[in-house]
Amino acid sequence: MVYLTRIEHFNAAHRLYNPDWTPEQNDEVFGKCANTNWHGHNFELFVTVKGIPDPATGFIFDAKKLSVIVKERIIEKLDHRNLNLDVDFMQGKLCSIENLVIGIWNELVPALPSRVQLHCLKLVETPKIYVEYYGDKFP
Amino acid sequence: MSKRVAVYRKEHFNAAHRLYRPDWSAAQNEKVFGKCALPNYHGHNYELIVKITGEPDPVTGYVVDMKWISDLVQAQVVERFDHRNLNLDTQEFKDLNPTAEHIAIVIYDLLRPHIDSKQDLQIRLYETPRNFVEYPAQ
Repeated sequence: MVYLTRIEHFNAAHRLYNPDWTPEQNDEVFGKCANTNWHGHNFELFVTVKGIPDPATGFIFDAKKLSVIVKERIIEKLDHRNLNLDVDFMQGKLCSIENLVIGIWNELVPALPSRVQLHCLKLVETPKIYVEYYGDKFP
Repeated sequence: MSKRVAVYRKEHFNAAHRLYRPDWSAAQNEKVFGKCALPNYHGHNYELIVKITGEPDPVTGYVVDMKWISDLVQAQVVERFDHRNLNLDTQEFKDLNPTAEHIAIVIYDLLRPHIDSKQDLQIRLYETPRNFVEYPAQ
């Protein structure tokens, strides 16, 4: 099995808060990340697919085509946007990168050709913080 | 011959902003600033590099104590801008478009009064890994 990764990026605003909590509760749990007027990040998205190279091309999947799909399906929705306000698949969800990476996975899988297996998404929020998701369903 | 050495300190802050002029129409703002003008803001991990040039102190061997610079930048810049909305939450950008250029100038003006006048100060600010500015320009 070979793993192929394509890296894309987007710059976005967000805030972390639970709408059922008071401002004080949100401050206590989320600290500065709960700022009502948003803050932002340069996010990096690592999209990893897996498979066996096609003997005719040597490719698992054409990385340029993968980039086009990720840009059309995901980056267009997220780049230079407010993740809490502007993103359809994040409506009603707390805007952590944990929830965001699951949302991206669910948006991306139907957009990939059936022969392409999505293996992992890695979403980097800052140089010190990132999440990975392998598509596991939660019990 | 004087031996001047440049010392660099890196700090960072994560902030939301948008680029627009309030006296322009939405169409004009979009034409000039593109996606950067979107009304619900977007954001960046800003990386700040503060460069101070001077002669090493003959007693300590320091141009400047790096811990002192770090504390200064934390107090003057990071406290003001980190996890904030530059357009809405800061005095400095209340009436100033928070382009990387303007942010670099503002940071310079915040730090300059605290740095020895015999030393040079330069700010390099990365808005993204590919876009960065320097002030003063050499």
